[in-house]
Amino acid sequence: MMPTRRGDGRIAFAYLAPALLVLAGLLGYPIYQLVLISLFDYGQEQVSGGAPLTFLGLGNYAELLSQDRFWAVLGQTVGFAAVCVAGTLLVGAALAVLATRVRTWARMTLFLAALGAWATPAVAGSTIWLFLFDANFGFVNEVLGTTGFSWTYDRWVAFGLVAAQVVWCSFPFVMVTLYAGIKSIPGEVLEAAALDGASTAKTATSVILPLLRPLLIVVTIQSVIWDFKVFTQVYIMTGGGGIAGRNLVLNVYAYQQAFAASEYGLGASIGVVMTVLLLAVTVGYLRALRRSGEVL
Amino acid sequence: MNRRVSRGVAEGVTVVVAAVVAFPLYWMVLTALKPEAEVISADPRPWTLAPTFDSFVRALTVQSFGRYLLNSVVVAVAVVLLSLLISFLAAAALTRFRFRGRTTLLIMLLVVQMVPVEALTIPLFFLMQSVRDVAPVFGLNHLGSLVLVHLAFSLPFAIWMLRGFVAAVPVELEEAATLDGASRFRFLWQVLFPLVAPGLVATSVLSFIHAWNDFLFAKTFIISAAENQTLPLALQVFVKPDQNDWGAIMAGSTLMTIPVLVFFVLVQRRLVAGLAGAVKS
Repeated sequence: MMPTRRGDGRIAFAYLAPALLVLAGLLGYPIYQLVLISLFDYGQEQVSGGAPLTFLGLGNYAELLSQDRFWAVLGQTVGFAAVCVAGTLLVGAALAVLATRVRTWARMTLFLAALGAWATPAVAGSTIWLFLFDANFGFVNEVLGTTGFSWTYDRWVAFGLVAAQVVWCSFPFVMVTLYAGIKSIPGEVLEAAALDGASTAKTATSVILPLLRPLLIVVTIQSVIWDFKVFTQVYIMTGGGGIAGRNLVLNVYAYQQAFAASEYGLGASIGVVMTVLLLAVTVGYLRALRRSGEVL
Repeated sequence: MNRRVSRGVAEGVTVVVAAVVAFPLYWMVLTALKPEAEVISADPRPWTLAPTFDSFVRALTVQSFGRYLLNSVVVAVAVVLLSLLISFLAAAALTRFRFRGRTTLLIMLLVVQMVPVEALTIPLFFLMQSVRDVAPVFGLNHLGSLVLVHLAFSLPFAIWMLRGFVAAVPVELEEAATLDGASRFRFLWQVLFPLVAPGLVATSVLSFIHAWNDFLFAKTFIISAAENQTLPLALQVFVKPDQNDWGAIMAGSTLMTIPVLVFFVLVQRRLVAGLAGAVKS
């Protein structure tokens, strides 16, 4: 830290001004607006000025909570996120362990493939998967001999397909992180465990796992945050939320309420609910980061 | 002997897994290179004997992907340059100066990264609608609106990450520069800026990828100006049930994926090192 000089505050403020301006205008103000809109009856007529604004207080939230559809979508979102997180962690952790057991050439092959999946833009990835699983021209149906079977018609099959795509593009982050974590465990620790007569299984559960715990918490919570708000994959692969909206998740639901049904107030209240839920997860995330040694 | 066998099995499994993971990308490139008749064949084969660039030509000419590609590049590059400049200044202020409210700002930067930006589509849509009346170029239906939001979304992380790089440059260097008569401003741009170049590259790549991949905001903001669509949106527009030109769609996907893939390979070492570093401490 530099010793304090005269005029420091003013220069610092000048350097910070552009960033503060952008963040206040395009993040701070919209957050305030989101909450505000959610408290009004705000539809197409209000937007065009044809009808006066009515303050509803928590009316939109009351309506939301009384909707069967909202609870169904919330349940679907939680279930979908849970499957994605579990899949991502299982695949990522298993492959991280596998990567420690093979020679460099095999590891590099795996990492290169994973890097490709990781780097693929969500829109491109979803489109590729749709084509691979296309009812008539898809390679998967050709291999399985099920030509003509639609993978996006049935609610749960469609959800499964989207979840598989999400796992495909998000397991590399978990794998690379956990691999780096395993590699950063000092060799002496493992040697000491071996000298003490610990078996491979014993070493894994009572030496490696506790050491990786903080890291596991971080990747889990990070995955929860990501998978809870998947938009692109669900929107593209199920054509905007599936037939009659049966593949909706909260994010897509909020979007459809606002921009398809012009119920901006209701859409905003879904956004607020989602933000609050994620904020709760985030508090846990910050605590985990703190524990794993990140300093402010 | 036993050990070698088990390692052999593990390596076999690894190669199979790698092949499965890479398969969708292989299929994308393969489909883009297949002649049209082979793409919409009832029994697709995992190879082609007559590779052709027809699909790329169709994607770029008939469906004017070239235009959308250019739009995507304009948005991403503008976001990268602006975010570079603004986040570098902010990071320098946060590490090289002591002032009141510094810690509060740092905590806010961290918290703001956790806000699900997807929830902000509604207020941002109305904000961009008002901006359009004042400065059309930065409002709805214009690329400027996308530049603005992605700049805002990429700043918190960019500042947070650059802070570490700026802090790693010894303070003695600044003292020496001051003794040599360099102004604070000159030190900033001629000494500090080149020294944190690796950090700038890493943050730029991440900002680029975010702006490049965005689908939601492009879909929300560019509603009635087809000429201002970006690549992700254009790609989706051409996915119509039963009448898809899959060859052209896969060619477009390939064009969209390649830049990101190149950048990922460039920064992958830093990604891994950064993550491992966060763990070790």
